[in-house]
Amino acid sequence: MIADTSLPNKPEAPKMKQLTTPRLDQCIGCQSCALACARLVYKKLSWHTAGIRIHSAGGLSTGFVANRCLACDPAPCAEACPTGAFSSRRGGGVIVKADLCIRCGKCLAACPVEGICRDTLGNVYVCLHCGRCVDFCPQNCLEMVAVAGDAEGAA
Amino acid sequence: MIRQEFRILRVDVSTGKGKIVLLGGRNEVAGGSGLAAMLYGRYGLPDKPWDDAAQPLIFAIGPLTGYFPLMSKMVCSFKSNYHNEYTESHAGGRAALSLRFTDLDALVIVGRAKKLSCLAIGTQALELKDASFLRGMDAEGSGKLIRKMFRDGGGHRSIMRIGPAGEGRLAMASINVDTYRHFGRMGGGAVMGAKNIKGILIHGDCDFPVPAGKAYSALYKDIYGKVTSTEMMRKYHNLGTPVNLAGLNDIASLPWNNLQRTADPAIASITGERFADETLLRNGACSGCPVGCIHIGFFREKMAVDNRYHYHQVAYDYEPIFAAGTMLGVTNTFDVLRILEAMEKAGLDAMSAGVALAWATEATARGLIAAKETVLPLAFGDAQAYLQAASHLGSGTTDFYKLLGQGTLRAAAVYGGSEFACVLGQEMAGYATGELFFAAQTLGFRHSHLDTGAYSYDQKNSDKDVHKAVDFLIADEPGRAFLTSMVGCLFARAVYTEEQLAECLAVIGFTGLAGSIPAASEHIRRLRWQVRAATGFSPENFSIPKRFYQVTTWKGPVDGGYMDSLKAEYGRKILELIGTVGITDSGPEKE
Ligand code: SF4
Ligand code: SF4
Ligand code: SF4
Repeated sequence: MIADTSLPNKPEAPKMKQLTTPRLDQCIGCQSCALACARLVYKKLSWHTAGIRIHSAGGLSTGFVANRCLACDPAPCAEACPTGAFSSRRGGGVIVKADLCIRCGKCLAACPVEGICRDTLGNVYVCLHCGRCVDFCPQNCLEMVAVAGDAEGAA
Repeated sequence: MIRQEFRILRVDVSTGKGKIVLLGGRNEVAGGSGLAAMLYGRYGLPDKPWDDAAQPLIFAIGPLTGYFPLMSKMVCSFKSNYHNEYTESHAGGRAALSLRFTDLDALVIVGRAKKLSCLAIGTQALELKDASFLRGMDAEGSGKLIRKMFRDGGGHRSIMRIGPAGEGRLAMASINVDTYRHFGRMGGGAVMGAKNIKGILIHGDCDFPVPAGKAYSALYKDIYGKVTSTEMMRKYHNLGTPVNLAGLNDIASLPWNNLQRTADPAIASITGERFADETLLRNGACSGCPVGCIHIGFFREKMAVDNRYHYHQVAYDYEPIFAAGTMLGVTNTFDVLRILEAMEKAGLDAMSAGVALAWATEATARGLIAAKETVLPLAFGDAQAYLQAASHLGSGTTDFYKLLGQGTLRAAAVYGGSEFACVLGQEMAGYATGELFFAAQTLGFRHSHLDTGAYSYDQKNSDKDVHKAVDFLIADEPGRAFLTSMVGCLFARAVYTEEQLAECLAVIGFTGLAGSIPAASEHIRRLRWQVRAATGFSPENFSIPKRFYQVTTWKGPVDGGYMDSLKAEYGRKILELIGTVGITDSGPEKE
């Protein structure tokens, strides 16, 4: 059974914001964001099966990159999903219905930026743009931004 | 995964085969330091020499690793070639979380590989690869090639490796962990070298369910708040440990020029502020630590008359700066980084190497050694000479350097000058705070200044009450031993009180251990000493060189009689502890 990743996208959840990484050049590689996402969203202890995954780029001398969903609109991963487990989210990115997922991995292949992660059982993990990781970044690398042109999000 | 049993991977590198072993003992030894001691008790050969192929090299983490902030360190334990006794060294980086996510509490390496090799372990992997082509390669270059040798999981793995010093089995050889951290003290690199292992790669990518309910996440958030907002952690975050340079110089406790002085006005050019202002390139963190105390400095070299430069990144901390800076009379921040990089590449423990070169400099001035031994003349303040000397030392290019690399006292036994060798069990840590520190470090377990609270006691107490001072050490040790069994960063000890640790353990399901911390702490402390004693420890094995009797601190000249009494009393107390413990029975293996 994969985690019920649709939870943070209940109707009352803010839909029209996106997780961005505007200051990732300040990243110290502490993994706090990935651990927070895994812990709070996916209910796991992991630095891997999370919506954001921090990697060094060719050794620790060259800084860090964040693998995460860029909130494409339309979302190629949703278009590739054969069962409707991934559907496009208003404002970009995807809504995931874990119970519809058959672990085919088509979404992974379709994502151009390694935004989706798969564990050894084939379960998929993607950022839901809920913003829960943001407060756990000690370097202020991450930010939730309102989607331009959206009536709810752009006050 | 939260299991009461320890899950250990024991790899025999002579065959490349491993074995998963489940062991009991959680409530008695907790993990980390305690687990490492228990494992040496089980797999070690106390009577055989340190480089016997069957001796284990042990890496252990604790029950809270990955579950809470700053539980980000790993314990490495082994029989040391420095004194042929059991010892421990600690390091951060990515190693601890990598082992956690490989679903292991410890990795035990035994045997000797037939060829120089790299070992890779992961959730679904165990591989030993020929790495003969890495022979003689420095720690930095080796890291790059090891990344290429094993392609899976790039950017998310821990890579430990040794440089020429480890291959040469020098007592000063360190293990480089993820470029910027080290198992520095007591020659762990030599033990890897003796096993013919150039690198160890840990690729942990499994995941575990967190405890049900909200309590765990709430506690995490609470502790995260404490470690990112308290003033105590700010010190490590801001200037980092080098903030102590000026402070210790002010109280005449900073070793200069082979401890001929403990303060010098030249401190002005080599303070934490100067390093931050001139050299600090960026900060880094161990995985799982939001404090991020790693300070990475840079220096650049002009390589042609035209404006052609290349730059280097070197992590700095208080003690490497003492060792490659004040102890050698080098007071230019960039020069210190250059010397540290040379030590880094060779795979030398910076503290040991700096203190050894400081002794060699004084021995040169006194005519005990000549330029033909050191290849080039050494003089305090001559950074260029130290730069070259560091690589000669790491590669053992002459008989003199080969000997010096085995420890300053071994060189002094041949050339003379043991009275001014700054060796307290191993080349000293950078705290000339007074009698208690000198006595305690001499007998210390891993010869880190954080082994005991002596350096701090010296700074606060000027009375000369032997029993009060030793009682302080004895009372302080179990708490430290328990925290290093978790394996928490000792910088966070103000946050992780016994009550806080009990709460953390209970919330993730280690309720038995949570309820028995005082007993476990005491047991671990005693067990560690007993395992050390089984390998030959006796307080008489270690003495305090004359130089330490000539030191003046803020309290005035060191009182030799008081220091001798402290060492005698501390040694007596340790022997008492050793006499009263039974070896932990971890029960039968379940395989
Ligand atoms: S997962 Fe990848 S493809 Fe899908 S919306 Fe995010 S970035 Fe685009
Ligand atoms: S925004 Fe939410 S889902 Fe995305 S990485 Fe952060 S915590 Fe995970
Ligand atoms: S929490 Fe911030 S600093 Fe830490 S790894 Fe994530 S983005 Fe980098």
